[in-house]
Amino acid sequence: MEGSGDAMIRLSRLNKSYPMGSSKLHVLKGIDLSIAPGELVAIMGASGSGKSTLLNVLGLLDGYDDGDYHLDGVRIGQMSETKAAGLRASLLGFVFQSFNLIPFKTAVENVALPLYYQEVPRRKRNKLAEEYLDRVGLADRAGHLPRELSGGQQQRVAIARALISSPKVILADEPTGALDSQTSLEVMEVLRQINATGVTLLIVTHEREVAARTRRVIRLRDGRIEGDGPPETAFGPASFAPAVLAQASPAPLAATPPA
Amino acid sequence: MFELDTWQEILDTVRKNKLRTFLTGFSVAWGILMLIVLLGSGQGLSRGVEYGFRDDATNAIWMRSGQTSVPWKGLRPGRNVQFKNEDYDVIREGVKGVEHITSRYFIRGTLTVAWHGETSSFDVRAVHPDHQHLEKSIVTEGRFLNPTDVDEHRKVAVIGERVKAQLFKGAPAIGEYLEIKGVPFQVVGVFTDIGGEGEQEKIYVPISTAQRAYGGANNVAMIMMTVGDASVDESQAIATDLRLRIAERHDFDPDDKRAVFISNAVVEFQRFVDLMGGIRLFVWVIGVGTLLAGVVGVSNIMMIAVKERTKEIGIRKAVGATPFSVMSLILKEAILVTGVAGYVGLVAGVALLELMSRSLADAEMFRNPEVDFGVAVSATVLLVVAGGVAGFFPARKAAAIRPVEALRDE
Repeated sequence: MEGSGDAMIRLSRLNKSYPMGSSKLHVLKGIDLSIAPGELVAIMGASGSGKSTLLNVLGLLDGYDDGDYHLDGVRIGQMSETKAAGLRASLLGFVFQSFNLIPFKTAVENVALPLYYQEVPRRKRNKLAEEYLDRVGLADRAGHLPRELSGGQQQRVAIARALISSPKVILADEPTGALDSQTSLEVMEVLRQINATGVTLLIVTHEREVAARTRRVIRLRDGRIEGDGPPETAFGPASFAPAVLAQASPAPLAATPPA
Repeated sequence: MFELDTWQEILDTVRKNKLRTFLTGFSVAWGILMLIVLLGSGQGLSRGVEYGFRDDATNAIWMRSGQTSVPWKGLRPGRNVQFKNEDYDVIREGVKGVEHITSRYFIRGTLTVAWHGETSSFDVRAVHPDHQHLEKSIVTEGRFLNPTDVDEHRKVAVIGERVKAQLFKGAPAIGEYLEIKGVPFQVVGVFTDIGGEGEQEKIYVPISTAQRAYGGANNVAMIMMTVGDASVDESQAIATDLRLRIAERHDFDPDDKRAVFISNAVVEFQRFVDLMGGIRLFVWVIGVGTLLAGVVGVSNIMMIAVKERTKEIGIRKAVGATPFSVMSLILKEAILVTGVAGYVGLVAGVALLELMSRSLADAEMFRNPEVDFGVAVSATVLLVVAGGVAGFFPARKAAAIRPVEALRDE
């Protein structure tokens, strides 16, 4: 076992199941995982492999049954919603497949929202939000509503929102799932730049093309870790040409939301 | 939390969700509006009824003679009953509970009244001094009739303000002599009467003078009295006493309802008091019903609003909102919207009442619709609290939403 001091995320023997009527659906079956600060990790797996559940547990959006979870050296046990909210606000940033921007707020207001909950004064947080929008290349779209932005732009707004509270970890759930391949590459580029500043980045994806642009790929299958290593070993060297991968990515799967 | 920022966030949400805000607000405003109009109308109706009684004493018993309709002690039916001055004396001396008493004599023929060539015709009532209490006449100049006027058959008159205006046209009237059907009377007083213009076009003269001057012998047309603060039962006992005494003096069956007509304002008034109570109760029942409907409406909309906002709440929680902040956001929004809407409904309701009051100014049975301000404000507060309570449960539920569930993709 690694020392808990230097890992950003450490899971040991983590189990999670959902009640399904009278029986239970065992989704995560004893996950052991350690992610160091600054890593860029892809979590892959087919539908139902448990990858989204894993991300929700990591993001304190969902609890777990047994095992251990340390985030930035803090043990995450059963905790109150309020405490979880506090940790989320200070440590974590989220990027979702469907962007999840508040539809009646402008881009800059959406980006500034996490700071509202950290009680940063309005003027200051709006100024910061504009800076972050600038960083994702959307300074000129600050006053637009989400519906006035393209998918890629919306996702970049969501990324700026995830970044504004200076989180240590960003969790991205299929960040490119709703985007075309060109836009996906742009968004990945933004995410890689963020990672380069030292933020730990976890991306749940089923797109090899996306996973290929990370430095570590964790493959899940039926709630267990099947493989863990650099992308080269995960797919083999042949699978590197992005154009090939784009075609290899099965279209029906891409349209299916993750379980 | 910095309060200003919270409210800015709420105002922002309200502004950008106009339909939802409008629907919530409308149901509250409408509820309050209806309640105010309802309570005001009830008040207007009850004031209208009261207004009908403003003119005369509400504790009066009026007695008018009629014709016998049944045989009595060998006397045939169909005889006219004629009150005399003695009847008045007997009642005044003998009937317990009588406070003020007057009789009235009707002068026959057209009553032309003249002063310095100005001629007009007015209703002249020959009465006792106590008549003032029965008609609630208010003396504005000089004096009303007094017992000496009656005892000495003085030719004095008390005239209504409109009589004065029409005959004297601004000239002083006290001390002047009027000719009533050719007989001169000295004006000793001027009166007004809240009963309206008609009641101010009367002239009162002493009954004894009129009986002598116009050949009335000792005949009396009506006897009227007040009974102090007698209850309904007491007033009915007095009426029975009157009937027995008059029946005995004029030889008719005391049960003969056509021989003498007695109208008892105490009973009439009590009936109206009961009616007003009924109206008030009715208005309150409907009002509470309206309020309940408003509460249900507001609750319903709040529930739907929270459901509609599930995703927004999930997002807020994902970026660090605590359950408490989610709940307070929803509750404060509910209170803000219902509060403002309630106020708007209140103002609109009062304005509508004012409008009704103006357009119905001449209606006899509907006057000054007005709502008790305290009641209106408490109704508004109740609805705001109801909105808050209605918002509380869905808000608590919203606060407990796990972000995963809220954000689960379509």
